[in-house]
Amino acid sequence: MNNAVIVVKDFRKSYGDVVAVDGISFDVKRGEIFGLLGPNGAGKTSTLESLEGLRAPDGGSLRVAGVDPSSDPRKLRNVIGVQLQTSGLPESITVDEAMRFFSAYHGVDPRMDLVERLGLEEKRSAQYHQLSTGQKRRLALALALAHEPTVLFLDEPTAGLDVATRVELHNMMREQREAGATILLATHDMAEAEELSDRIAILLRGKLVAMGSPMDITATGAGLTKVSVRTKTSSLATPGVEFPAVGQRSASDEYQIYFSTDIGPTIAAIIAYIEAQQDVLIDLRVERPSLEDRFLEITTAGEPK
Amino acid sequence: MTAFVNHFLFEFRTGIRDKQLLLMNYLFPLGVYLLLGFIFPQINPPFLETMIPAMVMFALIAATLLGMPDPLVSARESGIFRSYKINGIPAASILAIPALTTMLHLAVVATIITVSAALLFDARLPVNWGGFVLVFLASSFALAGLSLLIGVISSSTRMTVLWSQLIFLPSMLLGGVMMPTSILPQSVGRISLILPPAHAMNAFNALAMGGEALSNPWGGIVVLLFGGILAVGLAVYLFNWDRHNATQRGHPLLALLALTPYVASIFLLG
Repeated sequence: MNNAVIVVKDFRKSYGDVVAVDGISFDVKRGEIFGLLGPNGAGKTSTLESLEGLRAPDGGSLRVAGVDPSSDPRKLRNVIGVQLQTSGLPESITVDEAMRFFSAYHGVDPRMDLVERLGLEEKRSAQYHQLSTGQKRRLALALALAHEPTVLFLDEPTAGLDVATRVELHNMMREQREAGATILLATHDMAEAEELSDRIAILLRGKLVAMGSPMDITATGAGLTKVSVRTKTSSLATPGVEFPAVGQRSASDEYQIYFSTDIGPTIAAIIAYIEAQQDVLIDLRVERPSLEDRFLEITTAGEPK
Repeated sequence: MTAFVNHFLFEFRTGIRDKQLLLMNYLFPLGVYLLLGFIFPQINPPFLETMIPAMVMFALIAATLLGMPDPLVSARESGIFRSYKINGIPAASILAIPALTTMLHLAVVATIITVSAALLFDARLPVNWGGFVLVFLASSFALAGLSLLIGVISSSTRMTVLWSQLIFLPSMLLGGVMMPTSILPQSVGRISLILPPAHAMNAFNALAMGGEALSNPWGGIVVLLFGGILAVGLAVYLFNWDRHNATQRGHPLLALLALTPYVASIFLLG
């Protein structure tokens, strides 16, 4: 059974001579958090805005919960919830008014419980311009969730938020996923994408250059694992000491850092060397490449294939 | 219906909460009214004969031409309309509700002026209240339509000032607000019919205050209503959800078509 809720097929979008999106295809399954990553100008916003019904595609097809966003905006508005990156609200509207206003246009009762849950209870009478950045983002999320949409589009949902609010918003996104909502998350925050996303697509110059789970994407990189070692007498800092499978090496503070293509032989040789030098191992850290490392590798590699 | 009521109530409150709108809807017109009320009758006693319609007309011009276009441009530029579109708020509501709430604020201001001018300055009251209300409604509709159109076609708030002043300043000088149109040279009087306030002041004078008409006042009412309908229609047609939207339906200069009834009136009524 095909349970894709968002279907993007050969989607193209241009602005004059500038090709913003050049024939990308992907789908997002029900109950999935799908991260859309890419540097500025990669085509993320054009893709999101076309899926939200704000722009018409120049080619290909788009479907959101079975609805064509450009030809059936009335139907679309009740199945999607959008947390825009920009304010999207009048400066003088109060939290209470905003919830009543948007709920009324969706034909649902105002969800004051969401206002409370997102920590805006004491700000219900405050005007939008009086809210902090974090409070504005929380309000935007509350409004996006008020009509219980099946698809959520979140554009940089936690940018500029403090740690506690960020954790709370992440928990809410997970809850929405558990409840069956499908989430398309556009973000520059690699840690957030890696932590929350079931799958990720990386866009570069309008083309889709990588797609898969965060684990899949990081595994398909150059494969260098970072091994950081600190010893009591710094015997590893001796020039000319080499270990098997080490591609690059550097030093930072009191750590010697090795980038290994095969950590088994590398670590075994390092430990044997330390023992032979009668040195004492204080700390040894092994870090697989992060999504951020992989993202930088992809986006700085030049033209997509 | 609930959505419309919610939207209307929010916009109405904004007309008082927002400092710029409060200034244009209430403080500026009422301030000028009080200032002129205390000074003008000393210099020019016949001013009291037309003080109420003139000051109501001034309030109409200020609140619509100077107050309405900027919030439309700002909302479009800051992405508020994009958010409205996503949430299914129709373009017709985005345009109609600010016009209606401004008309309601103006009704409050017109009431304050009418009641207080009679009490404070012994200004002449309208002799035909039905005519007074009719002219008020027709002229506020015409000016609100033009103001919506200015807000829709302006690329920035600077441009709204330019377009608004193109109507505001000549209206103040030639529209019969600061001085009667009857003292203008005949040719200038005819040309002034290109301005909605000229028709409105003539209609106020003839249909509400019991004065003499310089041109057919009922024709003026028709011009104002037709001009309002045309301006609102063009505003809806040219409305753009956001500045990046490349699919604009028509060139902004199409807005000049809204002046057609007024230009025609120069030849038909002048």
